[in-house]
Amino acid sequence: MSEGYSFAYLDAATKRMIRRALLKALAVPGYQVPFASREMPMPYGWGTGGVQVTAACLIPEDVLKVIDQGADDTTNAVSIRRFFERTAGVATTTRTTEASVIQTRHRIPEAALTERQILVYQVPIPEPLRFLEPREAETRRMHALADYGLMHVKLYEDIARHGAIATSYAYPVLVEGRYVMDPSPIPKFDNPKLSGCPAIQLFGAGREARIHALPPYTRVVSLDFEDHPFVPSKADAACDLCGAEASYLDEVITDDAGGRMFCCSDTDFCAGRCAAGHAGRLSEGRA
Amino acid sequence: MIEIENLCKSFTLHTQGGAVLPVLAGASLRVGPGECVALTGASGAGKSTLMRMIWGNYRAQTGRLVVDGLDLVRATPREIIALRRERMGYVSQFLRVVPRVPTRRVVADPLLATGAPEDEAFARAEALLTRLNIPERLWSLSPTTFSGGEQQRVNIARGFAHPFPVLLLDEPTASLDPVNRAVVLELISEAKARGAAILGIFHDEAARATVADREIDVTGFTPARAA
Amino acid sequence: MRNGAQGRIWTKKKPEAEAGPLLQVEGLGKHWGARIGCAEVDFDLYPGEVLGIVGESGSGKSTLLGCLAGHLSADAGRIHYRGHDLRAMGEPERRHLARTEWAFVHQNPRDGLRMGVTAGANVGERLMAVGARHYGAIRAQARDWLGRVEIDPGRIDDRPRAFSGGMQQRLQIARNLVTGPRLVLMDEPTGGLDVSVQARLLDLLRELVREMGLSVIIVTHDLAVARLLADRLMVMKDGRVIEAGLTDQVLDDPQAAYTQLLVSSVLQV
Repeated sequence: MSEGYSFAYLDAATKRMIRRALLKALAVPGYQVPFASREMPMPYGWGTGGVQVTAACLIPEDVLKVIDQGADDTTNAVSIRRFFERTAGVATTTRTTEASVIQTRHRIPEAALTERQILVYQVPIPEPLRFLEPREAETRRMHALADYGLMHVKLYEDIARHGAIATSYAYPVLVEGRYVMDPSPIPKFDNPKLSGCPAIQLFGAGREARIHALPPYTRVVSLDFEDHPFVPSKADAACDLCGAEASYLDEVITDDAGGRMFCCSDTDFCAGRCAAGHAGRLSEGRA
Repeated sequence: MIEIENLCKSFTLHTQGGAVLPVLAGASLRVGPGECVALTGASGAGKSTLMRMIWGNYRAQTGRLVVDGLDLVRATPREIIALRRERMGYVSQFLRVVPRVPTRRVVADPLLATGAPEDEAFARAEALLTRLNIPERLWSLSPTTFSGGEQQRVNIARGFAHPFPVLLLDEPTASLDPVNRAVVLELISEAKARGAAILGIFHDEAARATVADREIDVTGFTPARAA
Repeated sequence: MRNGAQGRIWTKKKPEAEAGPLLQVEGLGKHWGARIGCAEVDFDLYPGEVLGIVGESGSGKSTLLGCLAGHLSADAGRIHYRGHDLRAMGEPERRHLARTEWAFVHQNPRDGLRMGVTAGANVGERLMAVGARHYGAIRAQARDWLGRVEIDPGRIDDRPRAFSGGMQQRLQIARNLVTGPRLVLMDEPTGGLDVSVQARLLDLLRELVREMGLSVIIVTHDLAVARLLADRLMVMKDGRVIEAGLTDQVLDDPQAAYTQLLVSSVLQV
């Protein structure tokens, strides 16, 4: 076995197995491909699926970025980035535009992605029908037959109970008019970015041992009703650090007196704007 | 309209060791359009059996039984259902109670079943109920709670709602007061006048004399009992 | 959801005056190993007709119904629905059929309802499954149907758990009839209900059958139910049809020994 092939932590056989699953997933967009998920040196729920997909994709020339909820500097992101620095020796970055592979947990970066990039999602539960239909055999049959009435039952229940579709993350989508897919727990604000994306999008679920994918420029539609159309929502505020009004915001409680601030969930995007001289409500003193 | 030749009927009682009970042998009769024929004979002689065979709930076995062109010995259930819906009516003194359905609807039912427009069917039902002296305040109620006499009159109204070419009457005037009895006899005469073939059982001799053109004693069809 | 499996041939809803039978069954059989589930069953069902299947437990009536519904796969014979061979039909077509033109009412409403979602969603599911995507319209239809099965439309957002057994059964019927099916299969629909609740349900079914021109196959061991609803009866024993005919003829003048026994064991039908 050539050294190049077993590059990046996984043994050659595993890598081949995962790459086959990835190719199949890309060939059938939105379809969940089973794969023989391996033990990773981290607990399930910490991105073992994403790590296996990333490891299967990496080549020595790659520049890797890892984000957790949009941030490059949280524990999960830092440890996965360090893991690949040590096991693959690839270059890493926090800049979205410089990265060739981006592993993400629960966000799509604000900066537009390009055809040279791969976005790898960490997925906890890949089956969008899971909480509606607990039998795996039945959900697979439903996918096979595109028997998706049940998915709208969930949205119907949302509206009946809350007056609007209350699902705000992991919002189900229809891929190329065929498979209903769970886009992983990204906020529904990010859903429009799934569609027509120039980058390859790969979804890895380690515990559930499933991979699904969206090839570049795939048509992805968020499910909705004609009279309750899908709305990609965000906090009605601007970033207090960079002043951005159109980016997805995190709400941060700053004291015990109800003080709070909003800041971009995408730290790279926010830092880039600050460096370019944009300022928000709380950033005057810092400049 | 009703043609019967050499019709026989026996019951095989499998639950009692396969005993065969002959009840009718060599029955023959004929009822033409506009004619009313009364069946007579002692109780148990086979009047009801013959009526039921014509209605189709007793199976005809040998012989010939033709109603308005349909051979009941060979007819499929579907053909008998169509015959009952379109061409053959049955009026008994007992209302098979349909809970919760309003009286007006019970009476209009046979017409609606033939696809008649609702307003027409209900108008006809109301006219009949009026003639049979069922007070209007009862029309929207289910007949379940009515007195026996009222139920009987509702049932007669129902039986005469659709102008069937063939009518079977099973003691239609039994236990009616003179006024309503006269109405029923009128209805029978009207049916005859429009050309219906009527076969009836009337215990009430005066009624029989009024409407029946002929009498047939079914005692002649009773099989000779093996001793 | 538009895809190849749907919208093929079964788009019309109301049965128009059709001359031919809706369902034709020939020589249908199903074995459980060496035992007969049902065998050599033949019948035709015409539009607007109600066929009762009676027999005691284990007589094969539920197996037969299961084969007709596609829940079980028959191992002999033919089932033709409006000219289409059901046994040769693919699963997607069969499912589409099952949620548009066919309906199945289970004995236990819990088997036919989604207990975890509201009454409105239960009724609306079949609509959404065939592509309804207007919340207001789905809800209006659900309300309308709750009213038709005599459930207060104000309870549209209650879950079936909060309903009595009779209401659950009526909800199951609404859920099945909302897409205006042609053929309804019922397995002991009045099974676990009190007599008074049963009567109400039977009346409702009768009315709907006529109003919608439904063809119905109803499996029951209750001869009174059969008498009230069915135009025709088939009596089954040991997996075979031993007698068939007009309902009142089978009940008033039963020919087969077993049917006589069955009828005479009932107090008054």
